[in-house]
Amino acid sequence: MTLAAATDLAAAANENLAEISNVLIYSAMTVYTLAFFAYIAEWTFGSRSKVARTAAALTPEAEAKKAPAVTVNQAGGTAVLERPKVVVRAAAGSRDVPDGPGAHGGDEKGDLYGRIAISLTVLAFCLSFGGVLTRALSVERAPWGNMYEFNITFSTTAVGVYLLLLALKKNVRWLGLFLTTTVLLDLGVAVTWLYTESDQLVPALHSYWLYIHVSTAILCGAVFYVGAVAVILYLFKDAYENKLASGGKPGSFATSVLERLPASASLDKFAYRVNAAVFPLWTFTIIAGAIWAGDAWGRYWGWDPKEVWSFITWVAYAGYLHARATAGWKGRKAAYLALLAFGCWLFNYYGVNIFVSGKHSYADVGLGALRSVGF
Amino acid sequence: MSKTTTDDTPQAADDQDLGAAGSQLSTAPTEEPPNLPSLGVIGWARWFWRQLTSMRVALLLLLLLSLGAIPGSLIPQTGIDETAVADFRERHDVLAPVYDKLGLFNVYSSVWFSAIYILLFISLIGCIVPRTWQFVGQLRGRPPGAPRRLTRLPAHTTWRTGAEPDQVREAALALLKRRRFRAHLAGDAVAAEKGYLREVGNLLFHIALIVMLIAFGWGQLFKSEGNKLIVEGDGFSNTLTQYDDFKSGSLFTNDDLVPFSFHVKEFTGTYERTGPNKGTPRTYETELTYTEGADGEEKTALVKVNKPLKIGDAKVYLVSHGYAPVVTVRDGKGKIVFQDAVPLLPLDANVTSSGVVKVLDGYRNPQGEKEQLGFNAFFVPTFGGSASGTMLSQFPALDYPVLALSAYHGDLKADSGIPQSVYQMDKTKMKEFKDAKGELFKKLLMPGETMRLPNGAGSVTFEKDVKEWAGFQVVQEQGGGWALGGAVAAIGGLAASLFIQRRRVWVRAVEGPDGVTVVEMAGLGRSESAKVPEELGDLAGILYDRAPGAPDPSPDPSDPTDTDPVAVPAEGAEK
Ligand code: HEM
Repeated sequence: MTLAAATDLAAAANENLAEISNVLIYSAMTVYTLAFFAYIAEWTFGSRSKVARTAAALTPEAEAKKAPAVTVNQAGGTAVLERPKVVVRAAAGSRDVPDGPGAHGGDEKGDLYGRIAISLTVLAFCLSFGGVLTRALSVERAPWGNMYEFNITFSTTAVGVYLLLLALKKNVRWLGLFLTTTVLLDLGVAVTWLYTESDQLVPALHSYWLYIHVSTAILCGAVFYVGAVAVILYLFKDAYENKLASGGKPGSFATSVLERLPASASLDKFAYRVNAAVFPLWTFTIIAGAIWAGDAWGRYWGWDPKEVWSFITWVAYAGYLHARATAGWKGRKAAYLALLAFGCWLFNYYGVNIFVSGKHSYADVGLGALRSVGF
Repeated sequence: MSKTTTDDTPQAADDQDLGAAGSQLSTAPTEEPPNLPSLGVIGWARWFWRQLTSMRVALLLLLLLSLGAIPGSLIPQTGIDETAVADFRERHDVLAPVYDKLGLFNVYSSVWFSAIYILLFISLIGCIVPRTWQFVGQLRGRPPGAPRRLTRLPAHTTWRTGAEPDQVREAALALLKRRRFRAHLAGDAVAAEKGYLREVGNLLFHIALIVMLIAFGWGQLFKSEGNKLIVEGDGFSNTLTQYDDFKSGSLFTNDDLVPFSFHVKEFTGTYERTGPNKGTPRTYETELTYTEGADGEEKTALVKVNKPLKIGDAKVYLVSHGYAPVVTVRDGKGKIVFQDAVPLLPLDANVTSSGVVKVLDGYRNPQGEKEQLGFNAFFVPTFGGSASGTMLSQFPALDYPVLALSAYHGDLKADSGIPQSVYQMDKTKMKEFKDAKGELFKKLLMPGETMRLPNGAGSVTFEKDVKEWAGFQVVQEQGGGWALGGAVAAIGGLAASLFIQRRRVWVRAVEGPDGVTVVEMAGLGRSESAKVPEELGDLAGILYDRAPGAPDPSPDPSDPTDTDPVAVPAEGAEK
């Protein structure tokens, strides 16, 4: 008999830390909002710039005057070279369009606001990281027990990925505004609809696989998200370039915004790299989940809705990678596939958790277990 | 690639030359337009095979597979939740038959879903075999020689040097070999290639997919899965007859059951007392003693939700839990006719439970006739109090246990030959005991309390002992190791195939018209990548140190070879 054991409760969550975590998350939201306005200022000041490199490269008059793609000619030099210089030329069929200057459009004030925005983003990132950390400490476990915790970790990770790419000197500053917008939405949803008091885990979640499986899942989501933003911008920029190349005249707002983004080829390549780089990790996530399911539920694959949608997401991304190698499917078609794949990921996260009941909903462990025994 | 072989302009010859340099940088099948064949059956078969193993169809099949998987996640599935399917059938009498016809209650074993993945895997095998041969051929052969005009490749560099052409070529060969390129001298240039692991990885990944599928299918065929509910103190030995229910794959035989037995010592469950998650389990575990084989040595084990007990190929999972109040039934003379723990099935998360107490033998009614007794039992571990107005349990732990019984007598029809659930009572031949008002006789009992049946028919005691039971699932599945091995190989292969670049480098050194050696270097990757020019610059830098630059005698800015804007596309980017 376990009457005595039943009263012996597991350690209570540390209320103080949980409170601090909430304050940190709210502070992070405030700072993200400031960063958001700073990014807006960057874009606004940048719009004064009259740089129109894409147009210059693609309008018919420009085409006629255009010099050959390769202009550096080493043989023509007279000095003895320190090192031979490598000449790179674009592949045939791809447009030779230079990357845009970034959101600030070369405007000094814009650039200043952009830098302020990034500093604020770094600050907000630290705050939200602290929020996740104190949440974890308050419950003495990984902060991935419910959707509120997923959301705050997810946005922290997505911003972390962005800042990491920036630190690696990748050309990603243009992502800032789009990223802070969604991060604010994501955190807003978290604190209003998904908020859950800090609490302990149900036994089904007690496993070191939680750390492995869920952390990689969140990281994959964050990177897929960055990839999806790049894909959307690619579609806009590509349409813009197509219009220019066929002699059309895009609107002034589109021109102002899109001129400042990298060339469509660069965006496409960036999106591909990002998606391809996490695909193996996503594969690993699913496999780790299967191993965990084998321990927790007695089968490593059982077509539970969450498993089904992870599989669908995986197949969709595999399709995207295949599309890139299939003639006639490159470019826009492949981009639509990438968006579809990200849509599947989103549905797997929100849709399946909210609309579909399965083994991954932990609200009714008792009955769920019974059902699985066939009662 | 150029198809204009009849065209003899230098431009076309050049294109062919460049095309050859870029060929075979991968083993991806080339796309052909789906022209309909005109030849008979064999022509059609060949056409069909070509289509099936093309990238385009593989892509379409992949998309179809993910589309096909969707309905199974939204419509209840028999394999996962049979009661939900039954529910659905009751609510939708128009849709249900349609779904049945389409196999939508069984998506993942339906004909059409199987057709998609079988086609995909035939396509995969049909794709891998020729790609493997092609790759072996590429490994046996040598990297193609340098195209005539290296300046037209995506990345190139050139300089003039005082070193002899021979010396430069030799240095280049040595350098490239040291950098683990496969390099050889072809005419006046060194041709080198690196990154074959990309192809190995890609083939490994696709082969690993096949291994995983076969392992999964194999596992399903030999799988067995049985459930057993065991009260604290009772035991189980792994034979078919002991299971409450049992499912197995079509190739499973009963001899495959791993021999073992175990005893349940104690189930321990603790639950959250406060907060929004009040009532969710915190500890949930069972202590067992078990023996492997017929007469192995006895060991103890703790089985938890994420920690099954592994015995040979079998795994024992703790899947459910409930209460089994100990009940004693006496006849009118006070003789004990039944005394046992009666397992009851939980109805909700707070373990409100129900079941039946059946007295099959040994009871005689006050008239001395043989009869059977049946009691509908309703149990709550934490009663809300009679003022609460509810009989539902308030908490899953045993805080305030109450047992409610209603009494019947007659024939339980237990020996009618039809298997009966121990948790349900067949009332067709049973009569109610009546209370003073003529209604069904029923009572709430606290532990230790006894209720007397009307007219001296006997008594029922709810003993001061409530046992707990644990539900176990015993699963045997083969092929798990293969599936895992396949999965690990798949990730490794995928990483190699995505992160390794396959690329070629050529170094040409010839004597120029003025007697000074001209060095030309060019690089070509499978897809456009910043790495190729970077690496080329690196190699050029090192080679330049061996063959330092010579001053230019006559500037000639209008070098005609360099003004042609047509560059060589990376392979796959053609057309
Ligand atoms: C079960 C179905 C399949 C899945 C899940 C799958 C998955 C993948 C993935 C994720 C990649 C990306 C790796 C890379 O880009 O190197 C890839 C590449 C590739 N797959 Fe598949 N594949 C499947 C079936 C097929 C079939 C049927 C074919 C033959 C037509 C095929 C041919 C290729 C080729 C040639 C590549 C390399 C593309 C490149 O080099 O860029 N695959 N596959």
